[in-house]
Amino acid sequence: MNSPAVAAPITAQAFKSDYKPIWCPGCGDYSVLSSFTKAFAKLDLRPENVAVVSGIGCSSRIPAYTNCYGFHGVHGRSLAAASGLKLARPDLTVVVASGDGDGYSIGGNHFLHACRRNVDLTYVVMDNHVYGMTKGQPSPTTEPDWDSKLSPGGTGLRTFHPLVIALAAGANFVARAFAGDPNGTADIIADAIRTPGFSFVEILSPCITFRPEQREWKQMVRQAPVTSTDDAARAARRIMTDDGFNIGVLYKGGRKPYQPPIGKGKKRPSDLEAEFTL
Amino acid sequence: MSRDKEKASISLAITGSGGAGVMTAGNLLLEVAAQAGWYGLMVRSSGPQIRGGEAAALLRFSHAPVECLDDRFDVLIGIDWQNIHRFADEIPLDAASVMLGDPEQGEPPEVFVKRGAHYAPLAFKQMVKALPGSWPNMIALGLAAGLVGLPADSMKAVLQKSLKKGGGEKMAANLAAAEAGYAAAATMPAVPRLAGHVAPGASQKSAPGASQKSGPGAGRDARWLITGNQAAGYGAVRGGVRFVAAYPITPATEVLEWLAPALPKVGGALVQAEDELASINMIIGASYGGVPSLTATSGPGLSLMTEALGLAVAAEVPIVVIDVMRGGPSTGIPAKSEQSDVNIALNGLHGDAPRVVVAPNSIADCVAATQWAVHLAEAMQTPAIVLSDQYFGQTRAVVDPPADIGLTSERLKPSAGAEGYKRYAITESGISPMAIPGTPGTAYTADGLEHNDRGLPSSQSADHTRQLDKRAKKLSDFDYGARWADFEGEGELAVITFGSCTGAAREAIARAAAEGIKARLVSLRLLSPPQPGRLAAALAGAKRVLVVEQNHTGQLYRYLRAEYDLPGEVKSFRHPGPLPMRPDEIHQQITAWSCS
Repeated sequence: MNSPAVAAPITAQAFKSDYKPIWCPGCGDYSVLSSFTKAFAKLDLRPENVAVVSGIGCSSRIPAYTNCYGFHGVHGRSLAAASGLKLARPDLTVVVASGDGDGYSIGGNHFLHACRRNVDLTYVVMDNHVYGMTKGQPSPTTEPDWDSKLSPGGTGLRTFHPLVIALAAGANFVARAFAGDPNGTADIIADAIRTPGFSFVEILSPCITFRPEQREWKQMVRQAPVTSTDDAARAARRIMTDDGFNIGVLYKGGRKPYQPPIGKGKKRPSDLEAEFTL
Repeated sequence: MSRDKEKASISLAITGSGGAGVMTAGNLLLEVAAQAGWYGLMVRSSGPQIRGGEAAALLRFSHAPVECLDDRFDVLIGIDWQNIHRFADEIPLDAASVMLGDPEQGEPPEVFVKRGAHYAPLAFKQMVKALPGSWPNMIALGLAAGLVGLPADSMKAVLQKSLKKGGGEKMAANLAAAEAGYAAAATMPAVPRLAGHVAPGASQKSAPGASQKSGPGAGRDARWLITGNQAAGYGAVRGGVRFVAAYPITPATEVLEWLAPALPKVGGALVQAEDELASINMIIGASYGGVPSLTATSGPGLSLMTEALGLAVAAEVPIVVIDVMRGGPSTGIPAKSEQSDVNIALNGLHGDAPRVVVAPNSIADCVAATQWAVHLAEAMQTPAIVLSDQYFGQTRAVVDPPADIGLTSERLKPSAGAEGYKRYAITESGISPMAIPGTPGTAYTADGLEHNDRGLPSSQSADHTRQLDKRAKKLSDFDYGARWADFEGEGELAVITFGSCTGAAREAIARAAAEGIKARLVSLRLLSPPQPGRLAAALAGAKRVLVVEQNHTGQLYRYLRAEYDLPGEVKSFRHPGPLPMRPDEIHQQITAWSCS
């Protein structure tokens, strides 16, 4: 082969921007950012071919901290914006960043339909069981007895179970990761990107400002004692019966992604006039 | 049948309960008229039921282009009378009107009878029984065609084409039914016939603008039979739209149903979203990706979309939203027209959020106005709202093909590898080059957060002011050209209107002109941003301004008072939907005011 020098492998650093995060010291999202860039490098992507799309909240600040094309939209609608982008530009790698408030509460409906629609996206939710940006209110994954100014004595509501809901709604890839393990998380994100269709990665990402007890997560997480399955019923049973701290790829299906054939039709607009013409 | 009366236009209504085939008969009648070389339109009106509700096809024919319904109807054909009294206001009859119905279905509703319309019975059901496999609506179609003087061979040609699917027997039976209806027309009371080539309104001028570029003289074979919703869909494609995400809503759904099979043919795609929040965010995402994108909705959907419209303003992502207006507020009157979304279109966003609002002013103009809106959105990297309405959207009309205005999507992009690229750079025009994902060296984050010129979030007052100025300037400094409004005529009285009131206003002015009263018409196509200099020029010498619109509070009137210095006395003439604005009521305003 006499081609010019093969480009050096791209580094995670090449995906980092010079813009300083607003996150609190010790926030799990720093590690998730690092897992993003590691995963992109691992897959040998180019920053211009990756779009990071987000909604509103601490986690949703991530796009500008990368050197990729970014889209920081409105609260709860990241999946809709990302779906439109991917459907219009199937050549791009589209990764969506969200949090438990943005993704499971205000964006809950889009979560269901994104799983169902199975567009080739990777949806990463940084779950810290609290609204951090608005300074400490309960989210759908907050424990029912967690006391806060907005919910004195706790909400009394059962927690939302994103993984099994994703599975039931049709997600093609379901995984749980832990921010405290950036390399393992990078591997899971890379696997999610590589797997066609809608890939859902829930990352336990501690908020030590409003949920200092989440420092304990480090001791609580463990690798899932089983390998991933393509049997949705079996995956559902495992997910429903574990304690929420099993880490790993829990389900990987084989559904074909939804992608209308954009760019294929070659007719001119004026060809459409025949149906009106007398 | 005597033919002592001739008119510039003839109006005919067909009514019946759901399933009676009223809309089918009306559509076929319109096609017969088109085949015969006439112009015409059909307005749909129906009750709220999905099936089985009352329905009315309201038709008007002429030898010149028809843009609005007349003040009254010459003929009402009731296939049955179930709940038809609900249309009493929408189908004004008088002593000169003829009302036809099947005595087996009972007497015509009292509310019509007391207006003095001449009632003549026709035994639809018995006629159908004699022709097994035929339908009463085909009798009604033949009867209508015969009454208004459409040629029998045109009717036959249309029916043969449309009944092909039903097979030979069904076609033969229904053709025979239509012919029986046609023959029966000769035994019915006389209905005026269309006069020679005279427009509705005694001295109607050919309307300027896209709708009649090729003029009424254009060969009938070149004409289009189209609804406003189809026209808006086609205008979007002409403008370059290749991605649509939308949620079904009356009366906008037909825009989407037309686009769904059309877009793939030209390399595009339509996606049905889970709700309007998803629709608009999907198109913002797609447009951010470089593909001109659009959604279509009605008032309730537009309400849901307002937050994301603000995102498109702030992040400077071009999108187009077609709002096919219906009666509001809330769920309102879904299947009937009203121009009551002016306020939300012009003002319905939080923050200082300039946006483009364009209103087509005829069914044919739905093509050009939507095409223009796509061009404006893309050129200025901003959202554009197209204010259509149920009247335009669901009315089917014979129109002269609207000319291609030649404006498509032209987005300013940075040159590849631009050094030190700044997405939101302050420029002379306010428009800054927009990088498209996939382009090396120009990656940036599009942000709804206030940002600096690089696109990085900033809450500093200097950045906020600079970006607000930039977003306002790009809209205010843009050259909108002559397309901002259609104006015609002269006189000290000016009628300012927009959208579907335009046809009625034009006809009212023509009637006044026939009586020697001069008035001018200004039909605004660009509602936002305001064009005070241009309107002042159009109103030079005017002493009285009549603002005509179809809503309850005078939304356009209030906007004009806020944004423009209108000359002389200014009066608002308005009423809410669903009754259409009719030529006579505007004509009365013009004559009363001119003679006072």
